[in-house]
Amino acid sequence: MDRFLYIAMSGAKETLRAQTSNNHNLANASTTGFRADLDAFQSRAVAGSGYASRVYATNSTTGWDQTQGALVSTGRDLDVGIKGAGWIAVQGVDGREAYTRAGDLRVDPSGMLMNGAGHPVLGDGGPISVPPNSSVMIGTDGTVSVVPLGQGPETTALVGRIKLVNPAPETLVRGEDGLFRTNDGTDAPAEASVQLASGVLESSNVNVADAMVNMIELSRQFDLQVKAMRTAEENATTAAQLLRAT
Amino acid sequence: MNPALWAAKTGLDAQQTRMAVTSNNLANVGTTGFKKGRAVFEDLLYQNVRQVGASTSQDTQAPSGLSLGTGVRVVATEKTYTQGNLTQTGNSLDLAISGRGFFQVLLPDGTMGYTRDGSFQVSAQGELVTSSGYRVQPGITIPDGAQSITVGKDGVVTVQVAGQTAPTQVGSVQLFDFINPAGLQPRGENMMVESAASGAAQSGTPGINGLGMVEQGSLESSNVNVVEELVTMIETQRAYEMNSKAISTTDQMLEYITNQL
Repeated sequence: MDRFLYIAMSGAKETLRAQTSNNHNLANASTTGFRADLDAFQSRAVAGSGYASRVYATNSTTGWDQTQGALVSTGRDLDVGIKGAGWIAVQGVDGREAYTRAGDLRVDPSGMLMNGAGHPVLGDGGPISVPPNSSVMIGTDGTVSVVPLGQGPETTALVGRIKLVNPAPETLVRGEDGLFRTNDGTDAPAEASVQLASGVLESSNVNVADAMVNMIELSRQFDLQVKAMRTAEENATTAAQLLRAT
Repeated sequence: MNPALWAAKTGLDAQQTRMAVTSNNLANVGTTGFKKGRAVFEDLLYQNVRQVGASTSQDTQAPSGLSLGTGVRVVATEKTYTQGNLTQTGNSLDLAISGRGFFQVLLPDGTMGYTRDGSFQVSAQGELVTSSGYRVQPGITIPDGAQSITVGKDGVVTVQVAGQTAPTQVGSVQLFDFINPAGLQPRGENMMVESAASGAAQSGTPGINGLGMVEQGSLESSNVNVVEELVTMIETQRAYEMNSKAISTTDQMLEYITNQL
């Protein structure tokens, strides 16, 4: 069988994978703090004897979109959004420190500060515990302060500071749970320059117009690959007919 | 079947749920003491198709791998406990809470319900009940012949009985608070019930220990912001359309390959 059928097939298969990734981005167009997945095709030449004509394409994840999502005002005290670059440190289910941009925080019955997905938010010294209070405030540097129950606003108590980090983007990888972690397994140091805004949530940074255009492009690319597969089939049929005629 | 289809399908599901939450908020824009809900989205797990950093030879590693996301899910629908507007009704049995706290009500199944809807009435036995007829706890009984009922900001209920000069104190309204009110389980009829996530109810006197004040002659209106809900609805609709477009495009791709080969 002609080798180019396999090359076209790998192209079609990888294009479908790219479409999966694009559909995933579209599905998360309204997920708080979501970072769009970026992927790209890479050429992989097949080594072997003869003329080097066989170059397969593979689709790989090249990272994530680092642009800021829109900050949407919600008016809730425990909603925070990061202005500019930076991450909120949370504890993943594996116990390791992980990073997220989703700042829909809440307090669980034991008083622990959690994010919307139920991961404890980390302070400078482990998870932050919020005592019973009549109001909670989160400052621009991540400082969590409360007015304790039964006391007036003049007795604001500091209960911790959310760990905000800003490691270099190339040192972060997205885990299977959607949280980001450093690739060498160490915890990123706290970064004082990361700024939070309270009462807002950062929306997903998926550019839906881009994603729609990308979807059309991938779809057409897929059609071309299939067309090439069809041509391979026609070539084979014609060759078989020629042999039969003689 | 192809994961591209399923990723887009989860998007449709999630937007559908968000639309249901938005419609419920809009439908309850006039419900006394209603607290708006919102859908919390989370990206689903990622499939590692090719591991990043896998060895390509003894001392080289693949600089990028392929991890494919599988879509989105609604991880929670949570209530937002911001204060609703207090509207004056002039009815002496209408109570509103200005600040934190809930009224406690005995539900027919014997459990306690918590509500911020203070449109109370008096039952045939003289007990203070909600508009569904559930008794307020701790119970307050208004005696026969009461001319007027006064509820103080601290919840103390006094009545003026015909023929007596001094007002009589008949009980006091207690408020109940939770460490995580967003964890209360809504069960309709403006009622919430305690759950493992909300923590246990802590009773208190209105105005003390961070609890709100009781305002007589007012009702707390719903905290739904209509404009916000309408914008959410537009966003939801467009996101739904795009996910549906993603399904039809993937479907066309699969259709094309089936027809061509």
